Amino acid sequence: MAFTFKGGIHPDDGKRFTAAKQIELLNAPTHVVLPMTMHIGAPCAPLVKVGDHVCLGQKIADTEAPVSAPIHASVSGTVTEIAPKLHPNGSMVQCIVIENDFQDEPDPSIHALDPDTLTTDEMVAAIREAGIVGHGGAAFPTHTKILSALNKIDNILINGAECEPYITSDYRILLEYPWEVVGGAKILLRMFGLNEVKLGVEMNKQDAFPVLKEYLPQDESIKLCPLTTKYPQGAEKQLIYALTGREVPSGKLPADAGCAVFNVDTAAAIYRLFATGMPVIRRIVTVAGSAIANPKNLEVRVGTPIDQLIAACGGFSEPPNKLLMGGPMMGISLVSDEVPVIKGTNAILAFCKNECVTAKNPVCIRCGKCLAACPMRLAPTYIYNYALKRNVAELERYNTLDCIECGACTYVCPGKLPLVQGIRSGKQLVTDERRKRK
Amino acid sequence: MSDLTKLKVSSSPHIRTSDSTRQIMLDVVIALMPSLAISIFVFGLRSLTMVLTSVCGCAFFEWLYCRTLRKPVTVSDCSCIVTGVLLAFCMPVAAPLWLVLIGDAFAIIVVKMLYGGLGKNFMNPALAGRAFLMASFPVMMTLWTKARTALPLFVTPDVVTAATPLSALTESGNFHLPDATLLDLALGMTGGCLGETSALALIAGGLYLLYRRVITLHIPLSYLGTVAALTFLFPHGNAPASFMLTHLLSGGLMLGAIFMATDYSSSPVTKKGQIIYGVGCGAITVFIRYFGSYSEGVSYAILIMNACTFLIEKVTMPTKFGYVKPVKAKGGDEK
Repeated sequence: MAFTFKGGIHPDDGKRFTAAKQIELLNAPTHVVLPMTMHIGAPCAPLVKVGDHVCLGQKIADTEAPVSAPIHASVSGTVTEIAPKLHPNGSMVQCIVIENDFQDEPDPSIHALDPDTLTTDEMVAAIREAGIVGHGGAAFPTHTKILSALNKIDNILINGAECEPYITSDYRILLEYPWEVVGGAKILLRMFGLNEVKLGVEMNKQDAFPVLKEYLPQDESIKLCPLTTKYPQGAEKQLIYALTGREVPSGKLPADAGCAVFNVDTAAAIYRLFATGMPVIRRIVTVAGSAIANPKNLEVRVGTPIDQLIAACGGFSEPPNKLLMGGPMMGISLVSDEVPVIKGTNAILAFCKNECVTAKNPVCIRCGKCLAACPMRLAPTYIYNYALKRNVAELERYNTLDCIECGACTYVCPGKLPLVQGIRSGKQLVTDERRKRK
Repeated sequence: MSDLTKLKVSSSPHIRTSDSTRQIMLDVVIALMPSLAISIFVFGLRSLTMVLTSVCGCAFFEWLYCRTLRKPVTVSDCSCIVTGVLLAFCMPVAAPLWLVLIGDAFAIIVVKMLYGGLGKNFMNPALAGRAFLMASFPVMMTLWTKARTALPLFVTPDVVTAATPLSALTESGNFHLPDATLLDLALGMTGGCLGETSALALIAGGLYLLYRRVITLHIPLSYLGTVAALTFLFPHGNAPASFMLTHLLSGGLMLGAIFMATDYSSSPVTKKGQIIYGVGCGAITVFIRYFGSYSEGVSYAILIMNACTFLIEKVTMPTKFGYVKPVKAKGGDEK
């Protein structure tokens, strides 16, 4: 039996293009671009100057802010530029550019850590120093998540749902590096002082189950839980509900429901940190979509410009209409291919035709499909209408701020309404109004 | 490298289902075809003439309204075809063709377009059109012909009205089951409105709509279930089972429960609301059939519940995920 939640949608998962493609190592680029914001939270400040020599894995930017993660050199070489550059989110962000000397000379401070001899505080500090963030896409600093959950939770969940269509990077990690995921889970267990971790994987990744089972510990401290293939199964709140039956209270954190959720690649990153001492400098990225000539899963250095990933996949087979970072349901659409891979990048997708047509005069026919699809049990068509009318009182009444922006409503809408886009503007109206009231 | 200056940048999501409003409307039309085929077999080709007239009438009036008011023409969403077919389906086959056009004009212009068009009308246009005709032309709207009577294609036929199974069943003081057998009712070999007679053909269409996920079971099941329960528990005569089945299979109940009550614009969007709405439709249908002066209660039952839709929807909004009772603002581990 597979676990799941109520609502959701079944889009074509599109994973067939890359599911069977082994992770390929992409050669380090001639230069990497490292934005000071690769995570949710405060931006970092550079610790190096133009002309400095940096080693592989050397910390090059940091901040005192509690919600943030330091940044490390993903190649060894010389800092050639510190200037605002185009960020995947479309804005200009301060970036450190490093010219690669192809020596991959590691930073002398890097050495393996033994989780059994460290205290929890030391382990959390090590995770912070390594710049580990949520690798599922949102890139929330992992040490902040751990600190908010310590002593409050009784459930650790590892998220291998990978419910976004087309993306297969987590699936390939489960197949090719199962010991890293399992090892990361064991470290988390020790850190939280608990004795069970649940690893949720969607049923469309069943091939990974036998591989994983070989590495699972005998004491059954890591439980493999099959999940129904449904979007958004990997959304934090929906995953918690599926695996524990608990609902995260509205406006609260998963820790308030006694849970902490970590992506499989985040767990793998934690394992790699303790096994090798190496901070986050690599990332596994699925490159796919109808406009990509030869879709692949690539292991790349953080900071590699994405045009090099696309070139490694044979370039564009057709001129792309849309270029995405992340999945087609929640990814961001890029304005250019001259942006770097950042820590939260799990996929680069390129589509040749517009696959999300919004009608010129979209009309709600009141079919109710958006209500049935909403994993948060909201009424998207109502919220959309009130957002268009800028009616803040009604937006509050229909719980606009609870929307997780998964896009399921927009996907199913036969009237082709831009529902989630409208709801986002509604959320903005509500937060603006609340700020004014304070 | 390709030219990337034409990249489209937009807010997520970036994919959509291939379903569209037009596809849904055409699915409904497809689902109505078995009934039309039976109707042509039972009442002759005049059925087809009626349906085509009605569809053309609806499309024309919608086009005329949009052009006159200089609004974008919405005929291409095909919702007017559904209204056209459904209105013809709930008229007697012997009614004059001009009467169909009057019904079309009322349904499209007054009920649908004046309220803002597709999705904004609070009543089912086809049923409101029928109710308008029933009130204005009661004699012509009850010209029931016997099954398998030859009728002229275009001129208004001169027929003697015959009893329908339902009027025989619900006439006051008459506690006898109609002459038509249950099999006749299921197949549609009886008198009645053009498209309502064959329960089996309508159910076949309903199954197609379920398969295509155009409708869900909530409304039809709660509607039919309520009628079945009430007629079984309070039967006239001493054969509750066949009395119940006769009620279920006769009149416009199947057409109403599967195609009319499930109309998107005029039924609740919430699942809980749809069940309340279906039960309400069923109860009012039985009340009208038992106590009303009309033998048929389906159309008025649905229209009355249409008027309640907005209220039902308001009180049946789903409780959001992670809802915490306000008193327990500092909720503990579990909800």
